[in-house]
Amino acid sequence: MDFTELKRMANEVRKSTLTSVYYAKCGHPGGSLGACDIFTYLFFEELHIDPKKPQDPDRDRFVLSKGHCAPGYYSALAHRGFFPVEDLKTLRHTGSYLQGHPDMKHIPGVDMSSGSLGQGISAAVGMALAGKLDRKDYRVYTLLGDGESEEGQVWEAAMFAGNHHLDNLCVIVDWNGLQIDGTLDEVNSPVPLDKKFEAFGFHTLLIDGNDMEALAKAFAEARETKGVPTAIVAKTVKGKGVSYMENACEWHGKAPGEDLYKVGMADLEKIGAAL
Amino acid sequence: MSGIATREAYGKTLVELGKEHSDIVVLDADLANATKTQYFKDAFPDRFFDCGIAEADMTGIAAGLSTCGKVPFMSSFAMFASGRNYEQVRNSIGYPGLNVKIGATHGGISVGEDGATHQCLEDFSLMRGIPGMTVMCPSDAAEAKAMTIAAYEHEGPVYMRFSRFGVPEVHAEGHYNNKKFEIGRGEILRKGTDAAIVATGLPVGAALEAAKALAANGGPDCMVINMPTIKPIDRELLQKAAAETGEIVTVEEHWISGGLGSAVLEAIAENPVPVYRHGIDDTFGESGPAAELLHKYGLDAEGIAAFVKEHVK
Repeated sequence: MDFTELKRMANEVRKSTLTSVYYAKCGHPGGSLGACDIFTYLFFEELHIDPKKPQDPDRDRFVLSKGHCAPGYYSALAHRGFFPVEDLKTLRHTGSYLQGHPDMKHIPGVDMSSGSLGQGISAAVGMALAGKLDRKDYRVYTLLGDGESEEGQVWEAAMFAGNHHLDNLCVIVDWNGLQIDGTLDEVNSPVPLDKKFEAFGFHTLLIDGNDMEALAKAFAEARETKGVPTAIVAKTVKGKGVSYMENACEWHGKAPGEDLYKVGMADLEKIGAAL
Repeated sequence: MSGIATREAYGKTLVELGKEHSDIVVLDADLANATKTQYFKDAFPDRFFDCGIAEADMTGIAAGLSTCGKVPFMSSFAMFASGRNYEQVRNSIGYPGLNVKIGATHGGISVGEDGATHQCLEDFSLMRGIPGMTVMCPSDAAEAKAMTIAAYEHEGPVYMRFSRFGVPEVHAEGHYNNKKFEIGRGEILRKGTDAAIVATGLPVGAALEAAKALAANGGPDCMVINMPTIKPIDRELLQKAAAETGEIVTVEEHWISGGLGSAVLEAIAENPVPVYRHGIDDTFGESGPAAELLHKYGLDAEGIAAFVKEHVK
């Protein structure tokens, strides 16, 4: 896809994200919307995956360590063809396979169950280690939250990845600056994230995570980086694309009602029309 | 008198399994010498990963490895392989039902001198609460070996508790030569009519000794059941023992709530008989030589016999 097509797809993924949360009447739209450019670039450009063969042993892996951003993740998977886009409206409903947090047992394309913060990165490290053991050339990607990086386990995993030179691992940190109780600074800031990953032996990149061109450049650099894992600290706008959700803490974990849903969809339609 | 510790058998069996199965990988958290995964490390350094003192991360790495077709055995002391990382075991291994084997050593008060912080008395309880988790504890080295092999052959998450302290063999030499360990099955070690002593792990041998001593000194005459699988528990055998003897005594190196005693109560709840639970009663352990602590807390033959005599009429 060229960049215009990617941006249009990211906008479609955002619409589906907002729609799924609206139909669920709950969920996490803010972080999901902020990460939609990352999801889109990963699933439409970067990852070597085939929706027809979701269990292919040679596929690239992705672990959503910040599992609460499942709405954005599922929307990207659906648009990529892993399951019907229409099913997104069943998110969080009783009996739906689209669980509130990623469930590898029931959702095509999901490589690891996640949601309890800090744990996904360790699983990604295990996958990268298995790739090295089997001399396979698949790569492993994991998306962390900035608030999630307050979990000590993140740094245990970073230590292991650095010490084992897992250059097939790419950690992306979604740095939107907000968590449930407030800004990172108001709570317990893990910033500077790039410096911390660097200290743990990572090649680090600090980019605008809502810029498709910047994402392309960063993932290409990560792929070329040998001998050490890469951490891409991606500055994003939480709630990106929906006017009233942008940089607003309160939209971390709640769904819009009908009126605000319509406002949000109109915002996204407008963005799409301009692309 | 002490025999081979079950941790020793676990470590040696990992090497045997490793020779046959290239999918086995072993992880430890800076305790390889104590957990005996060191044997595997020496034999297969490329398939051994020391995660350092980072049990939460070790648990997640094991989960990730298993999604790629590896069969990880991860080890630390029971306290840190079920307690420190409880939520990682629950959410990263249990919830997705991944094929990870937890080989926890140094369970119970027989850890000895290290004392209460290192004497895990709640691991059966914690692990039993995770859906789909198999929970086991061997009575001797031969059973530990057979159990470790069975754990590899079983598809799904398994928790095994091994001991630091060696106790005499319960099973006759060669018992498992032509016999596989069956997950979920208990075994009658001694017949008896007045009560059934159901024991797991390290105190099984002592329970058998206690039953023999009681029978030789005027009773009661106790059936002895070795129950190496705490989950799924052998309901059929327990219901049969309850019906035949009318009274059950459970023996475990664990808190009397949440572990074997609770599992036995649940198994016979529909057709109840009195169940007397012997173990550690809502208190932390303490420092001391293992044999002395087992005596102090009544988990040697003498203590078990006294408990049975006190409760079984």
